Amino acid sequence: MKTLVWVEHDNASVKDATLAAVTAASKLGEVDLLVAGKGCGAVAEQAAKIAGVAKVHLADDAAYENALAENVAPLVVALMAGHDAFVAPATSNGKNIAPRVAALLDVAQVSDILSVEGPKTFTRPTYAGNAIATVESSDAKLVITVRGTAFEKAAREGGSAAVEAIASTGDTGLSSFVGAEIAKSERPELTSAKVIVSGGRALKDAETFQQVIFPLADKVGAAVGASRAAVDAGYVPNDYQVGQTGKIVAPEVYIAVGISGAIQHLAGMKDSKTIIAINKDEDAPIFQVADIGLVGDLFKVVPELTEKL
Amino acid sequence: MKIVVPVKRVIDYNVKPRVKADGTGVDLANVKMSMNPFDEIAVEEAIRLKEKGVATEIVAVSIGPAKAQETLRTALAMGADRAILIQTDDEVEPLGVAKLLAKVAAEETPGLVILGKQAIDDDSNQTGQMLAALLGWPQGTFASKVELAGDKVDVTREVDGGLETVKLAMPAIVTTDLRLNEPRYASLPNIMKAKSKPLATKTPADYDVDVAPRLETLKVSEPAKRQAGIKVADVDELVAKLKALGVAA
Repeated sequence: MKTLVWVEHDNASVKDATLAAVTAASKLGEVDLLVAGKGCGAVAEQAAKIAGVAKVHLADDAAYENALAENVAPLVVALMAGHDAFVAPATSNGKNIAPRVAALLDVAQVSDILSVEGPKTFTRPTYAGNAIATVESSDAKLVITVRGTAFEKAAREGGSAAVEAIASTGDTGLSSFVGAEIAKSERPELTSAKVIVSGGRALKDAETFQQVIFPLADKVGAAVGASRAAVDAGYVPNDYQVGQTGKIVAPEVYIAVGISGAIQHLAGMKDSKTIIAINKDEDAPIFQVADIGLVGDLFKVVPELTEKL
Repeated sequence: MKIVVPVKRVIDYNVKPRVKADGTGVDLANVKMSMNPFDEIAVEEAIRLKEKGVATEIVAVSIGPAKAQETLRTALAMGADRAILIQTDDEVEPLGVAKLLAKVAAEETPGLVILGKQAIDDDSNQTGQMLAALLGWPQGTFASKVELAGDKVDVTREVDGGLETVKLAMPAIVTTDLRLNEPRYASLPNIMKAKSKPLATKTPADYDVDVAPRLETLKVSEPAKRQAGIKVADVDELVAKLKALGVAA
């Protein structure tokens, strides 16, 4: 089987989510990559070095600068004439583009796979991760998105794939990019951090969240996450949200502060290696999944913890 | 301008799903069912556009069993004008749903179709994007803000790194994220009024669409369970544990 993997990037470097998708694709067969962007030659060079990659297709055109699905999908569809499976990481770009490709190919997509069980058989989470379905596709071609935390990352070095420039399929004119508010942070990225400190609604307001959670995170070099309740209440922006509809994370250590543990939140972090919970309610559901729990007032406990670490 | 809003009847957001012992699926017998929460946000957004005078008519559509009528009545009670039920007892995958909705869109010629970004049962996150592809329309997925300007719509999207805004030519597809709005509750008078609003019942065959599934579910199982761990008595003990984990020097 020949697979085509969507390379997630910012026109400068390959994002980690790509590496998990490469691992998933390599379980199906040969792995080609697609780098679509503008001025993204450096991305293609990095992509060519990823272990196990056969070929990198490079589409460098203004139409692809911001990964608009309307422009990218026709490009992928053209390349799928020579491939059997399109594999995208389940990033916001991957989730935006893959179903558009699937419909154009008249294929049912398999979303957010957790494992490859056979050439056309996969497991995937449903009901916020409360039920794991094993599904088999009957379509001639496959379109798949890959949950990044479920697969090892392919090595960034070791490959020497050829880079082949391909023609642009042009700008459909259906959509245009207006602008972005992308948060710049010195802290590690949430989806690839080794340690995450997450705060919940108990943090009271944005200022308190910053005063309590950020110093602890900085002390241990952690990324900062939040529950949906904390994001909805405006304590932190949406890109901090961990959960079923936010980011799915699986760090070495996840420290949940003032988070009760709604199933929607647990769906986003229960694959963490060690879960630590700090909550004043000893009956909070978070303690049912936590490896280490501390019952106490977070406003006393967290500053003390930050100081003593 | 007309707005079409597809809505799905799913297990209620507050119910913990139980996997059936025989591994064939999730037990939905005698379980509370509700409108998919993202679809409620879609209905609310359409109503707000109507209240602003931008939209003139809201058509709610559901594909599902006879009981999906209740979901459509909820949409009508919130403020949709009429409803279409495409009735089937078979499970229809997102691709089949998108094909049916494409036929509805061809008949209704809306300026916008606003959908939930995903349903909380199958968690596919596909239908809106697929519908956009089939119609050849642009898509503003995971929307946290929708602003109309002439024949264009600006959609602010929740993306991995924060927010981004795209400008779409209309007609267009919008899929809703959590922070687009807070859906209203239907008032009792509006629930009564909704009972007399028009609800047309169709079948997939009426639209000449093949909705046979492409994916076969071989098995449904419970995820691996985590065991509850230990509780520590104080911060000093927690510090020692964290140091043992290599979190701090």
